[in-house]
Amino acid sequence: MKWKEILIRYGELSLKGRNRNHFVRKLRNNIKGAMSDLKSIQLRAERDRMFLIADEESDMQKAIERLPYIFGIQSFSPVAMCEADLDAIKEKALEVVGTEDTAGKTFKVEIKRADKTFPYVTAELQQALGGHVLHHFPELIVQMKKPDILLHVDIRKEGAFLTSKVYKGAGGMPVGSNGHSLLMLSGGIDSPVAGYLLMKRGVSIDAIHFASPPYTSELAKQKVMDLTEKLCSFGAPVRLHVIPFTELQQAIVQQVPDNLSMTTTRRMMLQIADKVREEIGALALVTGESLGQVASQTLESLTAINEVTSTPILRPLIAMDKLDIIELSERIGTYETSIRPYEDCCTIFTPSNPKTKPKLEKVHRFESFFDFQPLIEEAVRNREVIEVWRQHEKDDFEDLL
Amino acid sequence: MRQKGREIHMIYFDNSSTTRPDESVLESFIAANMKYYANPASLHVLGREAEALLKRSKEQMLKLIDNESGEVVLTSGGTEANNLAILGIAEAYRSRGNHVITTQIEHPSILNACIKLEEIGFEVDYLAVDAQGLISIEELEKKLRKDTILVSIMHVNNEIGTIQPIRQCAELIKKSSRAVFHSDCVQSFGKLPVSMESLGLDAITVSAHKMNGLKNSGALFLKKNVTPHAINFGGGQENGLRSGTVSVPNAVAMAKAMRMSTIHEDSADYREWRNLLIDACSLYENIRILSPHHGAPHILSISFKSINGEVAVNYFQEHGIIISTSSACSSKNKNAGHVIEAIGLENKFKNGVIRVSFGNTNTKDEIAEFIKVLKSFMELIERGM
Repeated sequence: MKWKEILIRYGELSLKGRNRNHFVRKLRNNIKGAMSDLKSIQLRAERDRMFLIADEESDMQKAIERLPYIFGIQSFSPVAMCEADLDAIKEKALEVVGTEDTAGKTFKVEIKRADKTFPYVTAELQQALGGHVLHHFPELIVQMKKPDILLHVDIRKEGAFLTSKVYKGAGGMPVGSNGHSLLMLSGGIDSPVAGYLLMKRGVSIDAIHFASPPYTSELAKQKVMDLTEKLCSFGAPVRLHVIPFTELQQAIVQQVPDNLSMTTTRRMMLQIADKVREEIGALALVTGESLGQVASQTLESLTAINEVTSTPILRPLIAMDKLDIIELSERIGTYETSIRPYEDCCTIFTPSNPKTKPKLEKVHRFESFFDFQPLIEEAVRNREVIEVWRQHEKDDFEDLL
Repeated sequence: MRQKGREIHMIYFDNSSTTRPDESVLESFIAANMKYYANPASLHVLGREAEALLKRSKEQMLKLIDNESGEVVLTSGGTEANNLAILGIAEAYRSRGNHVITTQIEHPSILNACIKLEEIGFEVDYLAVDAQGLISIEELEKKLRKDTILVSIMHVNNEIGTIQPIRQCAELIKKSSRAVFHSDCVQSFGKLPVSMESLGLDAITVSAHKMNGLKNSGALFLKKNVTPHAINFGGGQENGLRSGTVSVPNAVAMAKAMRMSTIHEDSADYREWRNLLIDACSLYENIRILSPHHGAPHILSISFKSINGEVAVNYFQEHGIIISTSSACSSKNKNAGHVIEAIGLENKFKNGVIRVSFGNTNTKDEIAEFIKVLKSFMELIERGM
């Protein structure tokens, strides 16, 4: 089946009032970015919908594969074109309906006759086409209300445009249309899901990860890079900031008693993240915290940790059950990577019984014996910034294979 | 008389036995050995690199065979892959039934595995073939049963080059059973289009050294959700299907050989050469052409009346041309091979079978040379009769 173009329907974008142009522009850019290697693709954005046109059939196929992952698209439909001539339209209609699973499905023809010089009126055309399709697909049942297969024919001056298949889009809003945030990415199951949910709401993100070599390995870092790369596939490039955290972590172990060290560690991480956030001009921090999941995620702990900053901390998973989070991570394809078994900075130096209700005044007291600020600033300064999506540009393997 | 191992230039027409490795494949093999020698199962950074390279190699192989959603198990060659397909799949699906179908002209690595299956209680039907080496779809239809769990039919026969109607078989099998459909594509990959999708297969065997790759390197491709039981045991590599340290350099070399061979998949040259040879052989009453007209482009099998194939092999070798008697796997046996028996060749021709098989080192001049030597050989034996 050779498709002429793809009709892309916007999600809630079309609800937006005066900001709509901004949203449409973002979506257009994101689609363009995702298709940048497909040379024959062109985009034409209209007020309520967008058209993707490709000359190469293979580019068209790839576009159909990639569009379902781009946020801000409600649904999309490949469109076939033929001359505005009854026989040609009949022929094309069979081809288009032939791409669908027709067994036991309901069916309807819908005609839009924009070109009024076309010699048949809508009702005639509807009957002729419907009859022709039913003759070839006798298993179809005609149904006017909510048919499974809606063959839409648009007759314009330049030809007839036929479409029937509707692919579901990812929904949400175009990434980047709702500002920029910094995601705290540990390498576990939750944080990539949190990133995904925020991106779905149109937030573009940078990610921050804490590494404590040699306690954490290069593999743990690679795992986080792989997760970041996965996040990039949801619509916009995600930069990764890797913070050298060993010294700070050692200082904490020396200064703070075992059962409070976890709380202090999180407070330090949050301060570092906040400084990075400020440098990159992001507005909020994002975490994968879910209430009551571990000691650091009780309401008391969250309060004690949150005290170090007034920056908004977005916690999209806060009320989600672990099993639901796992299910979502499987669906978006981060689960397999998340469960690779490497130590991360949260699992080393874990006290045997961390406080679930840390007392803030105690935390303050122990932290007051040592000036952590120089170490915090050094960690921010010495961070490694990785543009993971560029890693593939140099490829040793290509020559070998 | 030439001394052993110091031949000046021999024309090599035994590419269905094995091929000379492509230089670029060897280069990749050496480079991968020098740089990515670590065990891909190791946790350290070198192991991870090796694992990444292994993954890429496999992705390339899977793509080339149109099985991107499926799996590939790397083996020590076609034989092991065929053994794994037959023994492993039959065992894994035994709860569904007890019946296996194959053909009389399979490679010994299929046939002998099937004999093993019979010994442990499976029922195996061996489809007969006609004089062209073709199975009959009708017979397959008759033999298929509700409890058939595995059908294995080779794509191209290694001795006479018959191409079986795999696609048609697949449609029939899918229609009337739940059987897994495996095909030994060792002779066809790189010469004919081999695609899991368009052939309608569930499992495919490929061997690297038949397509200018390295010996001791093969693979069993499995469609998603087709999982045999393991037939060897150890550290559980290859998803537990083939224990033993995975050789990343071999995987690299095989992925490369597969890629190179599919580039040259259009075998127009081979077809032309084969037709030239067929025309030349047709001149002699004492030669019988065994390969079907629409056979694989790179294999031509003929037989000399009342002459031993070995005599022809010796004569051609004296004149600088390497050919073989039927297949290398059975050529040292005194009896006529199972394929020759299966196609029902008359007795006078049974012992005189030779096979000419082309590869990418051959040229059209070499075909002319072959025809010249054939002529002198025919003169010799006709005088002697």
